[in-house]
Amino acid sequence: MNSVTALLMRELRLGTRQGGLGTAIGFLLALIVLVPLSLGPDLALLSRIAPGIMWLGLLLAVLLTSEQIFQQDFEDGSLDLMTMTATPFELIVLAKALAHWFTVGLPLALLAPPLGLMLNIDATQLPTIWAAMLLGSLALSMLAAIGGAVTAGLRRGSLLVSLLILPLYVPVLIFGIAASTSSLAPDTSLPSFAILLAIAMMTLVISPLACAAALKAYLR
Amino acid sequence: MQKFANPHVFVKLATAILPYVWALTAILFVIGLYGALVTSPPDYQQGETVRIIYVHVPASWLALMIYSLMAVFSAVALIFRHPLADAAAKSAAPIGAVFCFLALFTGSVWGKPMWGTWWVWDARLTSMFVLMLLYLGYIAIWRAIDDPHRAASIAAIVALVGAINVPIVKYSVDWWNTLHQPASVFRMSGSTIDKSMLWPLLVMALAYTMLFVALHLVALRGEVFLRKIRNRRLAEVRNK
Repeated sequence: MNSVTALLMRELRLGTRQGGLGTAIGFLLALIVLVPLSLGPDLALLSRIAPGIMWLGLLLAVLLTSEQIFQQDFEDGSLDLMTMTATPFELIVLAKALAHWFTVGLPLALLAPPLGLMLNIDATQLPTIWAAMLLGSLALSMLAAIGGAVTAGLRRGSLLVSLLILPLYVPVLIFGIAASTSSLAPDTSLPSFAILLAIAMMTLVISPLACAAALKAYLR
Repeated sequence: MQKFANPHVFVKLATAILPYVWALTAILFVIGLYGALVTSPPDYQQGETVRIIYVHVPASWLALMIYSLMAVFSAVALIFRHPLADAAAKSAAPIGAVFCFLALFTGSVWGKPMWGTWWVWDARLTSMFVLMLLYLGYIAIWRAIDDPHRAASIAAIVALVGAINVPIVKYSVDWWNTLHQPASVFRMSGSTIDKSMLWPLLVMALAYTMLFVALHLVALRGEVFLRKIRNRRLAEVRNK
């Protein structure tokens, strides 16, 4: 277990130093600027679509940073060494995916709702959106890890990752939006949060297995 | 079963039974289309356009069935490392993608006169669309990875993760928005379709299935040949 915590700390340090988060925030801001430019500055319209846009931004930002989860360690051979340790490879992979969530998914989930104020998001919705994004971003990071693992050995995998992973994001997006806007319809609030939690828990189990199998296929 | 899964035996067997499979497919299509276009009555509400059902519904059944088959093949390929299993999954994917496209296309053609629009963001359409994306992703990953053994493992993982996702996508989009009519052929309380329309539909479904079997046999045989060619070329290079 010690080696896993050590690995997690290493990943967190690397993650914060490499500045993936800064780029992701920049991406989110750029997206926010483009929305009123493409759809018109109508505040009523923006307020209606703001939660959806913030979710889209979160989803794409997490997806676009998926490469950094495994690529470097794959290329410099660290992953090769990690498969030879006594620690189960699935745990190692889980630590790396969790580190991605801590350094990218979670901070973005915390930042995105207040940035939504620029799109005239309804401020009373903020707490529910925060809660929904906290859960949702965990699932998003876990699924992004699958994308990163499946394309780890490819030169230009990022378009392929989008094609592979965006369909998997559909349930997270649907229930994330449902939970985010649930302050408007309170009866749907609890089920959406419960399902979102269920999806997050499920990805937490499936993702390490799938990632470890995919990475092993590349390392063989 | 193991014996037939030997690539060499498989090629022989496939070549032997293919003419019969094609013949059966043709006969089923003749009967099914006759039933669909001639004997079955026009719908009291939808008129003649209802006949699209005979090409639309079997295509969507097949699209779903082929993806499930691919998931089974992929699981077999991952667990038992059987060389024919991953070839079977690989060669089924483009066929499934075409059926999926057919289902979407005929549905769109049917939707225009019935719903007044080519496309609606309804639950079933959306989940079929997502299925189409899963097919495309699976095909893309095979193309992206050069080494066939590696591609086989990675593609199998992609197919299995997708297969886990298909039911979740289905229920989540159902929950999200529903306009499409609910399933009316297979359900607990019996079919709600009249017999005069049900039998052509089922015959067409069988015809589509046989068509898939025939196409899959051809594609799988081609895949086995491709691998043989590749191995021979590698052997030639090694001998030089």
